[in-house]
Amino acid sequence: MFSWIVWRELILAWRRRADVLSTVFFFVIVVSLFPLGIGPEAQLLRSIAPGVVWVAALLASMLSLGRLFANDYQDGTLEQLLLTPQPLYLVVLAKTLAHWLIAEIPLVLIAPLLGIQFDLSQDTLRLLFVTLLLGTPVLSLIGSVGAALTVGLRNSGVLISILVLPLYIPVLIFGAGGVEASIMGTSPQSHIYLLAAITVLSLTFAPWAAAAALRISLE
Amino acid sequence: MNLYKYASPVNFYPLAGKMIPWFAIPAALLFVIGLYVGFFVAPTDAQQGDAYRIMFIHVPAAWMGMLLYVLMAIYAGVGWAFNARLSSMMASSIATTGAMFTFISLVTGSFWGKPTWGTWWVWDARMTSTLILLFLYIGFLSLQASIDDPRRADRAGAVLALVGVINVPIIYFSVQWWNTLHQGATIRILNKPTIAPKMLAAMLIMLAACWLYSVAVVLVRLRCTIVEREQNAARFAEAGT
Repeated sequence: MFSWIVWRELILAWRRRADVLSTVFFFVIVVSLFPLGIGPEAQLLRSIAPGVVWVAALLASMLSLGRLFANDYQDGTLEQLLLTPQPLYLVVLAKTLAHWLIAEIPLVLIAPLLGIQFDLSQDTLRLLFVTLLLGTPVLSLIGSVGAALTVGLRNSGVLISILVLPLYIPVLIFGAGGVEASIMGTSPQSHIYLLAAITVLSLTFAPWAAAAALRISLE
Repeated sequence: MNLYKYASPVNFYPLAGKMIPWFAIPAALLFVIGLYVGFFVAPTDAQQGDAYRIMFIHVPAAWMGMLLYVLMAIYAGVGWAFNARLSSMMASSIATTGAMFTFISLVTGSFWGKPTWGTWWVWDARMTSTLILLFLYIGFLSLQASIDDPRRADRAGAVLALVGVINVPIIYFSVQWWNTLHQGATIRILNKPTIAPKMLAAMLIMLAACWLYSVAVVLVRLRCTIVEREQNAARFAEAGT
């Protein structure tokens, strides 16, 4: 069941490649706008790069989160999934995992490339990749709670950002903080451990909360 | 007497009506006393001059903002777990007051910051986490506002409030660590060894006034919510008032 849901989501995403790609392009364009707005000084760009890439990743995942449950809600699949004998926790976890693979992994892969635009060193680029890899599951997990709460609502797109973005702040702080620490030449270890702790914590609780929220939204 | 009787909104409505003056009048009196003590009796601060007096509004407001969020989450959780309508209505009623106090503490904080620190806003850990708390309130309020079915709004709000309450300490500590790492021009709030007894008295009076005010206003708002939602309850007419 678990792998079936993940596989189904992947096929659906493949059929709607444009959706996935538009999120990635959004990410690329937002990140590329900052040097244009701020100016091309390498020193300045290097110091804002971690924050810019991370904030852009948060915004890009806002775009894809709306689709996490909305399409299945519209065609009735979601109700069928709720009726399956499997615990809803696992269904939500599978969908969240699929969302991470589809929407977040491309961002993680392309982020080092964008880092080059900001004149980051190789170590820093590697760290940017690692923190994003560790932190993006949290974006999908906490986002799934927001998506489940807003499924079927009128203005769910804007609402989900208001609900979820404040909850993303710890991830943003430790994710961007880790990269920044490496730019400054200090050890990013503490940031990475804390980021991993947040990931484990949200992996434990978020699918449960999202499952509860889905039941509320669909009753 | 059966206290559970008052878990029903229709029965609670007249009780709330009777309770409001008992909280509203002492609140008004204590506000007057507290402001008088705060502005005229309490001594001028040696370092900050008279500017510190905004503390008598700022500190209670900040406390209320935080406490009310926890209280709101508890009520929302109880309302969700035990399917108690009144409890959920209470949570929604508290949210607005809590958001207001959080906003007041931010505004008065920057009024305080301008003369003492020379700037309206610092990315200090406490200010930043208060700002985030305001965002959490806004999220709760806007989620409830955009769901038409009141019961679904209650439960969805409960999930969000509980997720928020788990996150509040995480956010607080992450902001604090973030702040100490960025260590630019950090200014400590109230770096004083002790506080004069008169100042403390004024602050506690103001805190009590804020509590009483909150209870009164929440009850008024609760009554409005009950009237809105329970229009069709037949017994409502008999309950009167």
